[in-house]
Amino acid sequence: MIKVLDERVKQIHEKGAEPFDFDCDRRSTAGSVSQRACVFCGSRVVLYPIADAVHLIHGPIGCAAYTWDIRGSLSSGPELHRLSFSTDIQEEEVIFGGEKKLEKSLNELIDIYKPKAAFVYSTCIIGVIGDDVEAVCRKVSKEKGIPVLPVHSEGFKGTKKDGYAAACESIFKIIGTGNTDDVSEFSINIMGEFNLAGEAWIIKKYYEEMGVQVVSTMTGDGRVGDIARAHGAKLNVVQCSGSMTKLAKMMEERYGIPFIRVSYFGIEDVSEALYEVARFFKGNPEIMVKAKDLVKREISKIIPEMEKFRKALRGKKAAIYVGGAFKAFSLIKQLRYLGMEVVLAGSQTGNKEDYEFLREMCNDGTIIVDDSNPLELSKYMLEKKADLCIGGVKERPIAYKLGIGFCDHNHERKIPLAGFEGMYNFSKEVYNTVLSPVWKFAPRNRKHGGER
Amino acid sequence: MNKVMDNKNNTDKYIVTRNACKLCSPLGASIVLRGIENSMPILHGSQGCATYIRRYLISHFNEPIDIASSNFTESEVVFGGSSNLNQSLDNVTKQYEPDIIGVATTCLSETIGDDVPRFLREYKKEREGRKIPEIFTVSTPSYKGSHMEGFHQTLKAVVDAIPGDEIKTDSVNLFPGFISTADLRHLKEIFEDFGVNPIMLPDYSETLDGTSWETYNKISPGGTPVSEIKKMGGARESIEFGKTLSEVESAGKNLEKKFGVKCSSLGLPIGIRETDTLMDLMEKLSGKSMPEKYVKERERLIDAMSDGHKYVMGIKAVVYGEEDFVAGIASMLLEIGVVPSLCASGGKSGFLEEKIRSMAEGYTDEEIIVKDGVDFMDISEIAKEINPDMIVGNSKGYTLSRTINKPLVRVGFPIHDRIGGQRILHIGYRGAQQLFDMVTNTVIQYRQDSSPVGYTYM
Repeated sequence: MIKVLDERVKQIHEKGAEPFDFDCDRRSTAGSVSQRACVFCGSRVVLYPIADAVHLIHGPIGCAAYTWDIRGSLSSGPELHRLSFSTDIQEEEVIFGGEKKLEKSLNELIDIYKPKAAFVYSTCIIGVIGDDVEAVCRKVSKEKGIPVLPVHSEGFKGTKKDGYAAACESIFKIIGTGNTDDVSEFSINIMGEFNLAGEAWIIKKYYEEMGVQVVSTMTGDGRVGDIARAHGAKLNVVQCSGSMTKLAKMMEERYGIPFIRVSYFGIEDVSEALYEVARFFKGNPEIMVKAKDLVKREISKIIPEMEKFRKALRGKKAAIYVGGAFKAFSLIKQLRYLGMEVVLAGSQTGNKEDYEFLREMCNDGTIIVDDSNPLELSKYMLEKKADLCIGGVKERPIAYKLGIGFCDHNHERKIPLAGFEGMYNFSKEVYNTVLSPVWKFAPRNRKHGGER
Repeated sequence: MNKVMDNKNNTDKYIVTRNACKLCSPLGASIVLRGIENSMPILHGSQGCATYIRRYLISHFNEPIDIASSNFTESEVVFGGSSNLNQSLDNVTKQYEPDIIGVATTCLSETIGDDVPRFLREYKKEREGRKIPEIFTVSTPSYKGSHMEGFHQTLKAVVDAIPGDEIKTDSVNLFPGFISTADLRHLKEIFEDFGVNPIMLPDYSETLDGTSWETYNKISPGGTPVSEIKKMGGARESIEFGKTLSEVESAGKNLEKKFGVKCSSLGLPIGIRETDTLMDLMEKLSGKSMPEKYVKERERLIDAMSDGHKYVMGIKAVVYGEEDFVAGIASMLLEIGVVPSLCASGGKSGFLEEKIRSMAEGYTDEEIIVKDGVDFMDISEIAKEINPDMIVGNSKGYTLSRTINKPLVRVGFPIHDRIGGQRILHIGYRGAQQLFDMVTNTVIQYRQDSSPVGYTYM
C-alpha cells in the first residue's frame, strides 16, 4: 500500500471529488524523492543549446559529468554545447578558493575553442567557499574580448524555476549588443524552443514560409550573434513559458517588444501559433493567407495517416507528468484528438494558474499533481489503469516495470514532436508503445487476457 | 613515438576538465545502497544531486532507482541541514518502510560543515524505544575522489556500522567491487557451485536488473539483507576484488582489523589468469576441486582463443574507465595478444601504472601508456597519436570512436546508448569467452565492412 506523505496531500487533487485547494510553487518535501532537479539544472537546460558559447561548470565534477551531451538539442554549426567543461573543484580549492582555477580554466577554453561567449555556472559550493565569480568573469571578458557571463545557479537557491530566471538574466546581458539594420518589420524571436531533434528548424521554416523573419531562435540552435540582435525583432513568440516568460517580459520592458505565448505541439496549437503571429502582423495580410495555405497543406499531409492511430488508440488512458504545465495543456489536446482519456496530469514546476487551467481542461476523476514522486505516480497510474505514460527518463522505468507504454517528451528525445509532422511522430510513437504486443506478457495483464 | 611522449605532457597542460572520465562520489554511494536489501539512500544536500544521479543510473540500468534528498535551501546552508535531514529520514521511513537508510553527504553539506554523525545520534536518541530503520552515514563529498571512492567509502561505512562477530558462520564475505549485474549473478553461481556461502556486498544483481512487476514495489526486491551484513564480522574469510583497492584501506581490511576476518585481495576476475586466481582460492576455501562445468568453460575458452588468435594478435586498444576495471580488462587483453596501448582512468589512486606494468612484462612505457586522472579529451589526444584499432570501455567513448572512425567495444559502466549494458558479463571464464568473442568479432566486422571485397568467409 502506497501512502501519500502528509506534507504532500495538498499537492494532489482528484477532480470532482473535493473543492480545489491546491498548494504548489514550493520547495520539494525533503525525503519525498522529487522528480525535480535543481537550480543549476534549470539554467543548464535553458542555456544548453547556445552552441557557439563555452559552458563552464564551476564546481566539483558531478554537475558537469551528469549533463554531458545529455540533451537532443541540435546545432546547424558549432557544437560546443555538447562538451562538458568543469573546473573539477578539489578539496584544496574548497579550502583556499577556486577563483584561480576558474580563471585559468576559462582562459584555456577560450584559447582552445575561440567561442563567441562563455557562460560560467556556479554550483552549490561556489558561494559558500567565497569565490567572486563575477569579478573573474569581468576580468576574463576584458582580456579576451568576449562576453563572459556568470550564471547564478547554485543548486540550493530555489527550484528549477529560479535556474530559468538566472539563465534569462545571463541571456539578457547579450541582447542589445548586436546590429539590427537588416531586421524586417515582420520579424520575431522564437523563444523557449530548444531545437530538440530539429524542432526549431521545423517551426522556423513555417514562419519563414509565411514571410516572417526569425531573428533569433535564442535557445534552440542558438548563436550568440543572433541573440545579440534579438532586440530588433518586433514580436517575441514564447513556448515553454515557464522558462522564457521572464526574458520576454524583460525585453518588453527594455525594448518594448510584445510577446505571445504559444505551443507547437498538436495540430490545434501549432496552427494557432502560426495564426497568432499572422494576426499580429495584420498590416501585411499576405502573411495570414500564407499561414492558412501552410496549415491546410500540412494538415492534409498527415490527416489520412492519423486514422489508423486514432482507431487503435480510442478509449486508451494516459498519464502525463512533465516539467512545465504548459506542455501538459497541449498534450491533453493531442491525446483527446487521438481519442484517449487523460487520467493523470502533473508537472514539476506548474503554478496555481496553470493548475487551475489544467483542472478545467480535465474530466472528473483525473488526478492533478504537482512535484510528484515515483511512488505517487505508480500508485495513480495503477489505480487509474493508465495504458500510457508521457514523461522523461525518470518516469520511464516506472511505466515499463508495470507494463505500461511510455512516450519520452523530455529534452533527451531524438524524434521531433513539434509541428505538424511532430504530431504524426507523436501519434506514431504513442501507437507503437501502447499497442506493442510485449505487454501481453506483462505480469499485470496475465489475469485478463494476457499470456502466461 | 616522440609525438606520443609529447602528448603525455600535453595531458597535464590543461587545468580545465573536458568530458570527465569519472563521476562524483555520491553516485558510488547510491549504487552500494541499491545493493542492500530494502534500503534507501538519502543524499544530504541539494535536490539536484539525487535527481541527476538517478537519471544517470536509470539510463544504464533501466530500472526504477529511487534516491531521496534532504533538499537543501538557502536556510539550510546558513543554519545547517539537521532539521531537513530529520524530515527526510521521517519521510523516507514513512513512504518506503526500509530496513536501512544510508545518508551520504554531498559537497554542499560537507562544505558547510554539517556534523551528520551527530545529527544521526540525536535523531536515534529522540526516537529511542520506537522502531526505526538502521541508519548509517558516509562522507562522500564530490570534491574528493571519484564515484569509486564513494563506492568503497560506503562499503567501509556499512561494515563499520553494522556487523558484529557474535555469530560465527561458514560464510565468506565477498566485496565484488563495481561490476555488472550479470557479473554479480555469475559470482553467486560460482560460490554456489563450490558449496561456499557468500555474503556479497553490495548485491544489486536483482535490484538493478529485476523482473517485470505485477504491482509497484516501493523498493526493488533483492540485495544483501541487513541480517546477513550483521554476520560479516563472524565470517570465515573475506575476498575483495580490485588491483588498486588492494593498496588502500577497504571494507575487507577493516573487517580484518576489527574482527580478525582474513581478507584476500584479488584483481577483478576478468580473463583467464585472474579467474584462475579466484578459482584457486575457491578450491582452497571449499576443499573441492573446480567443478567440471568450469573446467569445461576454461577449456572451451582456450579452444576459442586458438581459433581466433590471429585476428587479435598485435591489435592496439585504448582502454578506459574505473582503475580496477581498466586493470581487469587490460589483463584479459594482454592474454590474447591485444596491446592495451593506452590504459586511462579519471580515477587517481596512484596505483594504476604500477598494476598495469606488473602484468605487461616485455612492453615498454611507449608501447603501453598508462594515465590516471585524465579526461576524455586527454584520452582522445593520446588516442589520435596511437591510432588504435579499437576502443574498449563504456559508452562515453563513443565520441572518440566516431572521431577516429574506430570501433568501440562497449563494456563496463555506463552504457547509455545500448539496451542491456547492465547484463554484459565480464568475469569468470564465461565472461572472458564473451569478451573474447566481442573483441574478435569487432576486429572481423571492421575488416569486413572496410574491405572492398566483402568476404563472406572470414
